[in-house]
Amino acid sequence: SPQIVWSMLGNRQFCSYKMTTKTQNFCRNEYNLTGLCNRSSCPLANSQYATIREEKGRCYLYMKTIERAAFPRRLWERVLLNKNYEKALEQIDENLIYWPRFIRHKCKQRFTKITQYLIRIRKLTLKRQRKLVPLRRKIERREKRREEKALIAAQLDNAIEKELLERLKQDTYGDIYNFPIHAFDKALQQQQAESESESDAEREEEDDEDVDKREFVEAEDSELSDFEDMDKLETSSEEEQEEEEVEKKALHSKSKGKTPLKGPARRKRPYIEIEYEEETEPTTKTKAA
Amino acid sequence: AMAGDGGGSAEHGGPPAPERVLFPPTFSVSEIKNKQRRHFMFLRWKQQQRKEKLAAKKKRRKEREALGDKAPPKAIPKTIENQRVYDETTVDPNDEEVAFDEATDEFAPYFNRQTVPKILITTSDRPRGRTVRFCEQLATVIPNSHVYYRRGLALKRIIPQCIARDFTDLIVINEDRKIPNGLVLSHLPDGPTAHFRMSSVRLRKEIKRKGKEPTEHAPEVILNNFTTRLGHSVGRMFASLFPHDPQFIGRQVATFHNQRDYIFFRFHRYIFKSEKKVGIQELGPRFTLKLRSLQKGTFDSKFGEYEWIHKRREMDTSRRKFHL
Repeated sequence: SPQIVWSMLGNRQFCSYKMTTKTQNFCRNEYNLTGLCNRSSCPLANSQYATIREEKGRCYLYMKTIERAAFPRRLWERVLLNKNYEKALEQIDENLIYWPRFIRHKCKQRFTKITQYLIRIRKLTLKRQRKLVPLRRKIERREKRREEKALIAAQLDNAIEKELLERLKQDTYGDIYNFPIHAFDKALQQQQAESESESDAEREEEDDEDVDKREFVEAEDSELSDFEDMDKLETSSEEEQEEEEVEKKALHSKSKGKTPLKGPARRKRPYIEIEYEEETEPTTKTKAA
Repeated sequence: AMAGDGGGSAEHGGPPAPERVLFPPTFSVSEIKNKQRRHFMFLRWKQQQRKEKLAAKKKRRKEREALGDKAPPKAIPKTIENQRVYDETTVDPNDEEVAFDEATDEFAPYFNRQTVPKILITTSDRPRGRTVRFCEQLATVIPNSHVYYRRGLALKRIIPQCIARDFTDLIVINEDRKIPNGLVLSHLPDGPTAHFRMSSVRLRKEIKRKGKEPTEHAPEVILNNFTTRLGHSVGRMFASLFPHDPQFIGRQVATFHNQRDYIFFRFHRYIFKSEKKVGIQELGPRFTLKLRSLQKGTFDSKFGEYEWIHKRREMDTSRRKFHL
């Protein structure tokens, strides 16, 4: 009889479906109506019992009566409930007529909860689902290792520098940077070796000053830390301009016609013809691009 | 083997003389059952090999010096790039067909300067700290780009809106456990969509010796090593993100360097110290990408037509074969 079942199983710790926590006892039985382990909601300890369960989106009402207690196979009677919420409630009512109030009430509550979560499932599946793709540890490690090796093989800094210098050579920057090309230099040196007259002294001075310095165009960007010779450059450029004029006249006087290069191009330093006009503002010989 | 074993065991007690270890040719170190002895024998064998190798090297060097000028040229060491399996889709610079294709593909309007790139950067749902900051930095690197947060909007629905508002490219940064790990780059008016896996993301503050913030100037673009057809199309995709006319005043350069199918992105500021020397200073974020799939139309994971998918079992079989 149910009282004995309860006193043996439910009340004490012998029920395998019983899960105890600090504050409550739960019942893991799948036919349990409320999920708690109580005298009135234990499916084992009540000979007349009913539950709602859902399968694949459809709800069923399960009933157990005392007449079928001897036939475990036929113990639970199943009724498919209507998809319509109100009609299903009526169905529950008519099936559980004359049943205890507690079971009827709890069944309806459970049914309500189940329909609500089914609705939510259907809504969520319409939205974007996040697909979880499992990572494969071996492959991840392999990729990481290969990436490191590729990074080392890439030698990025060198590659970038090379590419930039290439672009400089191919004149993509146009007039912005004024570096004389090597052929110029060689011709210049020849020229200077031949003609060693008055402008020699001047040239010597210039060489000493500007032996390492090139004309830079970024006078404004003082923020750059690469830019060490900023100050020196400005002053040197001023001097250069003054000397430029002197030298130009000197060179003109000396021109022997041996070299195809004339005028300012024969000097070793990078020439800036435009400097003439902009003498007052050395800083604006920047890239006026 | 037994005789050799006996000989080996007799020697193992004290420091054995290497001369007595002349085993019959059938002996191999792996036949000794005792692990300690086997290990010892193996070390000895290794030493011998190394000695022989050193001797051979010396000999070769001597011969080389003896020959002087007539010596044969030095052998080039084999690298993975040297040994790369020749890909038949490698683009020849003078290939007309490729040139024609490129003149008529989706990027033609960009390269003909008909369209100005306008980029929309967004993330997956609910981005966390790193991803957000990375998006912001990316937006400073790419001129004319805007960051919008995606609050649960479906990509398929925002794409028509983007097209209506004249965006040319869409970048979606996918996030996993608070770090960005994927990038979807989609060229908008019906262009190809590339899906990359992103790794080693470094934000600006994590880069050592970095310079100041990238300015608003349009950077130059360097695309290295994109040799095959696939690489070409990916390279053009990257190029179309940046304005076609770089502002050389800014002296900034964005580099996409492909090495063994990994695309490294760096952002530098350069300065020419002399004609032969240039100094570069890294600013801006850096990351590496690996192409996962290239799709013909805009983003459509179910019905899209894929031009290329990385299939691990087929494509990762050889260590010398690369696809970009």
